[in-house]
Amino acid sequence: MMEAVRLMAPELILAGQTIFVVLISLFVKSGKQADVMRWIAIIMLVVFALSGFLLGRPEGTSFNGLLAVDDFGHYSKLVIGLTAALALVFTRPYFKAEGLDRFEFSVLMIYAVLGMSIMVSANNLLALYIGLEMQALSLYIMAAFNRDSLRASEAGLKYFVLGALSSGLLLYGASLIYGFTGHLDFGGIAASIEANGMSVGIVGGMVFMMCGLAFKISAAPFHMWTPDVYEGSPTPVTGFFASAPKFAAMALIARLLFGPLEDIFSQWQQVVAALALVSMFVGAIGALSQRNIKRLMAYSSIANMGYALVPLAAGTVFGLRGMLIFMTIYVVTAIGVFAGILQMRIRNGMVEQISDLAGLSETNRPMAIVMTIFFFSLAGIPPLLGFFGKLFAFWPAVDAGLWWLVVAALVASVIGAFYYLRVIKTIWFDEPAQEFVSAPRSLRWITTGSAIALILIIALPFVAIPVQGLIDSAAASLF
Amino acid sequence: MVIGLSHYLVVAAMLFIIGVFGIFVNRKNVIVILMCVELILLAVNINFVAFSAHMPVMPGVNPIDGQIFALFILTVAAAEAAVGLAILVVYFRNRGNIQVEDADLMKG
Repeated sequence: MMEAVRLMAPELILAGQTIFVVLISLFVKSGKQADVMRWIAIIMLVVFALSGFLLGRPEGTSFNGLLAVDDFGHYSKLVIGLTAALALVFTRPYFKAEGLDRFEFSVLMIYAVLGMSIMVSANNLLALYIGLEMQALSLYIMAAFNRDSLRASEAGLKYFVLGALSSGLLLYGASLIYGFTGHLDFGGIAASIEANGMSVGIVGGMVFMMCGLAFKISAAPFHMWTPDVYEGSPTPVTGFFASAPKFAAMALIARLLFGPLEDIFSQWQQVVAALALVSMFVGAIGALSQRNIKRLMAYSSIANMGYALVPLAAGTVFGLRGMLIFMTIYVVTAIGVFAGILQMRIRNGMVEQISDLAGLSETNRPMAIVMTIFFFSLAGIPPLLGFFGKLFAFWPAVDAGLWWLVVAALVASVIGAFYYLRVIKTIWFDEPAQEFVSAPRSLRWITTGSAIALILIIALPFVAIPVQGLIDSAAASLF
Repeated sequence: MVIGLSHYLVVAAMLFIIGVFGIFVNRKNVIVILMCVELILLAVNINFVAFSAHMPVMPGVNPIDGQIFALFILTVAAAEAAVGLAILVVYFRNRGNIQVEDADLMKG
């Protein structure tokens, strides 16, 4: 009994929390509702993130074998929970200023994180689908959360239509895999493929499922929703979209490919490599002509998902480790960049053009320095962590003999460096445009914190080594 | 003629293709897109139930799994339709119509 509770603790915390928050909200005065609920949600998300470690990293399956509890899940939940908590922190000043501060947002955030938590520990096609839908349905509403804005509602509509299509593709693939193996649980699928060999139906099912999941991580050629949704959604929501859901979907892909579909590696390797190749170039070339910084970050995330798929195509434990390292560093950078974008506020509202950053070095030196660190890190300049993310991502692919993919990735990185450097040039060498109003302290803390985390020399002894150990055991737990 | 598994799969595949094409080819109305999404889910449900009904007896295989999955899909589809229509209503309030070609505020 206690063992069962220990195994399902993270999901129970969140599920109980949603009911609790909705009930409590009835007894809190409406002026304070949003703040109180946000703080409860932040605390519970941090507890959720740490729960696996506080309970001594239990291993096994929970919910009758639907969810697998292992180090991979614990590590993913740690990253997702902390990212979501940070995202809630930086929604506060924005929603206050825009008059959107409602407690329902915290509830939606918890539902989304619950969905992601089920995704990253799914051990059954049914759990995979339910988790994915739970996360997606909350995200659709969050995208359209500013319901009086035409842009936000259009973003929500586009996200909904393409998201529904992608879950349809995923389900069709799931039904084929079920039909040709007779199993829904991952262990059964793997055993069936091992015993009976692969068939056209299984490979077709795998391709459909990968198409559906590629939508979720916005890998090209399934990326068309990304720039519009990133531009239209409220900025803190965009920051959240760029971080935790991407990590959860990548973790889900890894779990699916290295779990039930391990024996058709040579088939899915081609699909993953093709997605990686197309994403890197679509992301790099699409970003060249962007003027809006949120659209730029959208194309940047498409390119980064391409890089993250490169180590997965290697299909080794080393590759899985590289993917986790890359995604962790990417998530830290994304949160920092969006906390920076949220500070781009002039007296009459938010601005989001790249040209609005002009001359930031003269008007706001500290912000200019941290933004420069983020964009150098995204471009992959050596002393910063972004370089090591790419190093660990491309190395396994070289080991696996995928030279052409790594060369393509390096070419795409060079193209990508151009638009990152253009932002830095705008910050340091252009004539000052206008001054931003001074940002709330919480935002400045988040940007400074993630910038410091990216400077390897400071981060190495305190953070990088323990995290490295966690990632190693997380990657090993899937093999 | 005996109606076998392959007949059901062909019907499901046709519905699926009609649904996917409906989303991409349709240039008129968002409601039609929602109908196409439902069509895709219907195709998947037919697939699951047909596979489940024709599942050969194998050790360790519970043929009812697919039908349970179909019930879950029905439930989630209801939730999805609720969220989708709610977003559509919000969009209609702001835009004044729901033509697909008018949803072009953001491009590039």
